[in-house]
Amino acid sequence: MAATQVLSKDTSVPMKNELLAGRTRAAMIFLLPMMLALAIVAGWPLLRSIWFSFTDASLVHLYEAKFVGFKNYLNWIDLPSGKRVYTGVLVDKGWWNAVWNTLRFGTVSVVLETIFGLAVALVLNAEFKGRGIVRAAILVPWAIPTVVSAKMWAWMLNDQLGIVNDMLQRLGIITEKIAWAADANYSMAAVLMVDIWKTTPFMALLILAGLQMVPKDVYEAAEIDGVHPVKVFFKVTLPLIKPALMVAVIFRLMDAMRIFDLIYVLTPNSSQTKTMSVISRENLFDFDKFAYGSAESTLLFVFLLIMVTAYIKFAKVNLDGSTQ
Amino acid sequence: MAMKYLKSTAFYVLVVFIVVQALFPFYYAIITSFKSGSHIFEITYLPNDFSLQNYKDVLFKGNGTFIRNFWNSIVIATSTVVLSLFIAVTASYALSRVRFRGRSLMLMTILAVSMFPQIAVLAGLFELIKGLGIYNTPYALIFAYTIFTLPFTVWVLTTFMRDLPIEIEEAAIVDGATPWVIIRRVFLPLMWPALVTTGLLAFIAAWNEFLFALTFTSSMDTRTVPVGISMLSGNSEHEIPWGMIMAASVIVTLPLIALVLIFQRKIISGLTAGGVKG
Repeated sequence: MAATQVLSKDTSVPMKNELLAGRTRAAMIFLLPMMLALAIVAGWPLLRSIWFSFTDASLVHLYEAKFVGFKNYLNWIDLPSGKRVYTGVLVDKGWWNAVWNTLRFGTVSVVLETIFGLAVALVLNAEFKGRGIVRAAILVPWAIPTVVSAKMWAWMLNDQLGIVNDMLQRLGIITEKIAWAADANYSMAAVLMVDIWKTTPFMALLILAGLQMVPKDVYEAAEIDGVHPVKVFFKVTLPLIKPALMVAVIFRLMDAMRIFDLIYVLTPNSSQTKTMSVISRENLFDFDKFAYGSAESTLLFVFLLIMVTAYIKFAKVNLDGSTQ
Repeated sequence: MAMKYLKSTAFYVLVVFIVVQALFPFYYAIITSFKSGSHIFEITYLPNDFSLQNYKDVLFKGNGTFIRNFWNSIVIATSTVVLSLFIAVTASYALSRVRFRGRSLMLMTILAVSMFPQIAVLAGLFELIKGLGIYNTPYALIFAYTIFTLPFTVWVLTTFMRDLPIEIEEAAIVDGATPWVIIRRVFLPLMWPALVTTGLLAFIAAWNEFLFALTFTSSMDTRTVPVGISMLSGNSEHEIPWGMIMAASVIVTLPLIALVLIFQRKIISGLTAGGVKG
């Protein structure tokens, strides 16, 4: 009886040994197509990309690539004058600029999206007339393709014809029109604006799911005890939704760190917004430095791997949603 | 009393702000798409023109390239979803209903692949697609998109199946049904809602994809719609056809918004189960 209870936590049916063996065998056969597909479409290309980063491959000479060791990452030449010149991704200013841009974009966007997402989720968690309309409305930015939202905002942020400058001028916030996407001082702000607009709904919905798990009587008890709502939020609500919040943040962070399309379309020429994905693709396909671009994409992969591992360890996140 | 009134007013101001900021860019794209000629140079908050010229230009100028791109997007997204669901149903049955060693490791691997930076496989995928001879064809994208639709569908369907009670399977096992029969006769009929939700979310992800589509196609008539829109250009380099771009944006987005509004509840539950990317 006890054994049945333990097993029934899991939804596998308890049964006799030979039956179990048959089921396991069937399960392996069922898993085979998926594992094969993932190995071909993800595993193999990943290994090949890493391999290319250690070769001298170029777009036209993909198949004659020769192993060159770590040269794409770090290499040096001793000049006759005795000076040593370093080359490679690890001493490339453009690369480190992209790393810095990615970190800046990732941190600012995820922090702001979490705060705004929390605010929207709290609104949606309240009971009021028209809640359904709000929930439907915030799904719209999420559903619009990224390229389309980049174009829509590029038009709204246009320096002379854009409605954003017009609004800000009418409100007296700015006196001169700003070239949001083109001006190096504002391009990162433009990218952040669009990303936050588009992705806050996703955050809000994930946090809302967490909020709805909080039992109502917790709030009732706090109200009877006369606890200030702000205190209730920080002492009761926030700790209770923390697991949901942590999962939402890691998903968003992973997504923000690999951002490509928004920046490629909205601010194609700005060095202030060039991220690791953008610079890597540029080297791979536009500048014919295939191996060099592979080295950059490999570094991004390793970087994200370390980040997610550290996050899971540090924050004790359980990604499959089960209790600890 | 006054305080309470003030509070609820402030709340509704916030609600209105949330709705307006969410919808305004799309609203503005729509009114821009109806502006022709010099109307486009006037900044207006309300519609001031109702011309269909931009829509005609998008659809019929350039030898129907846009229609062709639209069709490519439909074919590629649909095929990707069907293929992924087909592979995912049996895999998620095994992952959710059968205990075996290494199951949680496998689940973690699947999740890891779904969070993969696409750029990390770009070079290797490019080589593979060239090698298979499918570069610049729809097959290249159907093939490549499996990398994010498959882990996602497996993950969501696994969470769905795990929550179904044991009893539904027990009777079938006692009757000696094989796992394959159990999937077809017991689970599939119950899974339609989950399949629709997952399929829809995977469809949206494939429809919106840009990096692979940009890299693995090279001619006007093999592109998908997002790449097509990003490359819409005017007669000269400096003249951006904003009206046409907005008309194209509206055409591409309307079907998605319709789908999202119809399946609102399902999408929200699917999103929160799978933590799909935005």
